[in-house]
Amino acid sequence: MTTTTLPIDESRLARIALVGPPNCGKTTLFNTLTGSRQKTGNYPGVTVERKSGRLRTPVGHTVELLDLPGSYSLRARSPDEAITRDVVLGRQAQEALPDVVVCVTDATNLGQHLRLLLELRQLDRPLILALNMMDIAEKRGCQISIDALSRQLGIPVVTTVAMRKHGVQDLLNQIDRLLQQRPGADGATAMDAWEEPSPDAIRAYHREVERVLQEAVIQEGAPERLTRQIDSVLLHPVAGPLILLSLLFLMFQAVFSWAEAPMDAIDAVMVGLQQWLSAHMADSLLKSLIVDGVIAGVGGVIIFLPQILILFLFILLLEDSGYMTRAAFLMDRLMSGVGLNGRAFIPLLSSFACAIPGIMAARTIAHPLDRLTTILIAPLMTCSARLPVYVLVIAAFVPNTTVWGGIGLQGLIMFDLYATGIIGALTVAGVLRLTVLRGARQPLLMELPSYKWPNPTNVLLGLLERARIFMRRIGTIILWVMIILWCLATFPSAPEGATEPAINYSFAGMIGHTLAPLLAPIGFNWQIAIALVPGLAAREVAVAALGMVYALSGDEEAVTEALSVALAQDWTLATALALLAWYVFAPQCLATLAATRRETNSWRWPVFMFIYLIVLAYIAAFITYRVTLALGGG
Amino acid sequence: MNRPNEQEHRAFKAGCAVGLGFTQPLSLMRRGGVGRILAVQSSDGNQEVERGLLEMGFVEGAQVEMLHYGWLGRDPLAVRINQTMTVALRRCEASAVLVGPLRDAAVESAPVMTLEYASS
Repeated sequence: MTTTTLPIDESRLARIALVGPPNCGKTTLFNTLTGSRQKTGNYPGVTVERKSGRLRTPVGHTVELLDLPGSYSLRARSPDEAITRDVVLGRQAQEALPDVVVCVTDATNLGQHLRLLLELRQLDRPLILALNMMDIAEKRGCQISIDALSRQLGIPVVTTVAMRKHGVQDLLNQIDRLLQQRPGADGATAMDAWEEPSPDAIRAYHREVERVLQEAVIQEGAPERLTRQIDSVLLHPVAGPLILLSLLFLMFQAVFSWAEAPMDAIDAVMVGLQQWLSAHMADSLLKSLIVDGVIAGVGGVIIFLPQILILFLFILLLEDSGYMTRAAFLMDRLMSGVGLNGRAFIPLLSSFACAIPGIMAARTIAHPLDRLTTILIAPLMTCSARLPVYVLVIAAFVPNTTVWGGIGLQGLIMFDLYATGIIGALTVAGVLRLTVLRGARQPLLMELPSYKWPNPTNVLLGLLERARIFMRRIGTIILWVMIILWCLATFPSAPEGATEPAINYSFAGMIGHTLAPLLAPIGFNWQIAIALVPGLAAREVAVAALGMVYALSGDEEAVTEALSVALAQDWTLATALALLAWYVFAPQCLATLAATRRETNSWRWPVFMFIYLIVLAYIAAFITYRVTLALGGG
Repeated sequence: MNRPNEQEHRAFKAGCAVGLGFTQPLSLMRRGGVGRILAVQSSDGNQEVERGLLEMGFVEGAQVEMLHYGWLGRDPLAVRINQTMTVALRRCEASAVLVGPLRDAAVESAPVMTLEYASS
């Protein structure tokens, strides 16, 4: 392998697909096999993640390894599982039929996991069984005759310990062997004949699994004790919910306190860049575009990267350790009260960082109506982009005092805003399930996997992926919006001898003045109206836009501080509270609407989402404004 | 430790719930109760619930143990199947699973892992 790599003909690459039930260690095996040489994309039409990676087999074949979504059966119940089925059956558009399918199973749970293998065997395609987590099975005293198993199943069987690269060589050798005798499309008939198994067919698979295991299992392993003991605490009727609540509290605490230092650092870099450019560039439109438009705008968004990463670190750790399903278990009854599934808890939790990954995570919810409801309420979870607006307004209007013996008033208001979002989301879900999305309550059938230590590689790769998605968003949509916004706020330029801030004469000013009468009933002045326009693209932009309107310049911190003072003088308390109420509900994020469009594959639902959110926002702001006025908050 | 005895003990404790020769839906099983699945029948037309249950391991002959109830309204349930896999489901779906006593004649279709108890 001393020669430089030659360009590889994509179409001739052998394709290996990894299939297996959830929690069998399939992704860890994939990560071990491909390392960092993997890329993620989407399958056309749906936003199911397509994970693939290249690797070289011992013989020297370069193969493409495809990590398919976890599935208990080929009978797909969610969009994720449908992808697995379609790829394996060669029915997925733009995806060649895999040359070899590797079925990954958890050796400690063969009784349940072998059924998928039997379903795959029916397809009459090259197939390998990888018995994963063999070390754990052996530790529990389990003995399996690999030869007998292979003989009974009629396919090659290898044992792997994905976390330690153990057995990977065997697996690659088997892949090579099967690739030598690569068949054409002669398996096509068995695949065309595939149909969803009936209940009796599933029972027959169960019996066959029992028969095979009776032949192959020499010694049963002892049942796992630790998970039971942990569960008796974590699922305890009293301790369980309390622990979940403390975990969530710790998580949000971490998001806000741990992120402070890296956020300050990012801020310092941005400010330094602005100052350096200010000093070294001649005054011109280009300088204004770069300094005021691009750096100020992109910097204002990039600053959330630490918070998003910390939140995802928690989510990935909870997911990889097996706790997430317990959280779903504890939340199910609460969620089912409004017609949701306990599984919706995970996407909704992600939405506190950003609604987009939350909306994407809703893919794991099997039923379309449950999934759609979850997607539609995800934007009501207070995402981190609302924070700068909340912080700004609260700092300007809420005195930094303590009430009820030590609770900070500012923090209390912040908590109220989060709570309003959550209550609003649950109410909307309940209403939707009774009206637009009426349908039977869907069953919950969810495996509670054994606890395990989170795998550092999985968590790290997951975090990198999140960072990449976020940065790509900044590099594309947010960058463009900033440039357009700058143009709107700069042209046409102020006339000679203008007394008002320049933005007042620009297109943005005109739009703001046009919108102002519409927003007057909820107490918004034209300055807010101007800021809301760019804020539609991304919430956090509103702060920068307000800064522009109030003719302030300088680094973000200075803007925020000076802006607080300016706002406190210019707005009434009623206006400020109305703006907060507006922000709890308003659909101020184009990217969320775009993600909804992708996930639901229609324009109907993003349009519906936009309308219902803006109506709710208007009503909430109106009530808040009028009530505050009536109470003397004018 | 000595599992079979503990298993017997748990089966004894569950005795009043499962009873000798007494059958009941999984949804009514007491916490800590152990039993063997006698039948899985779905009431819905397209057999969706039945297939879902079967695919998660709720099959005739499998041993089940009721581990936990949810904290609100004692729903959902966490059920251990054949001592290897724990599955969460709601009472509503659990009512489609009929459970009998552990030492039942279902030995014929009993999974490997429970044979030692059936013969003890």
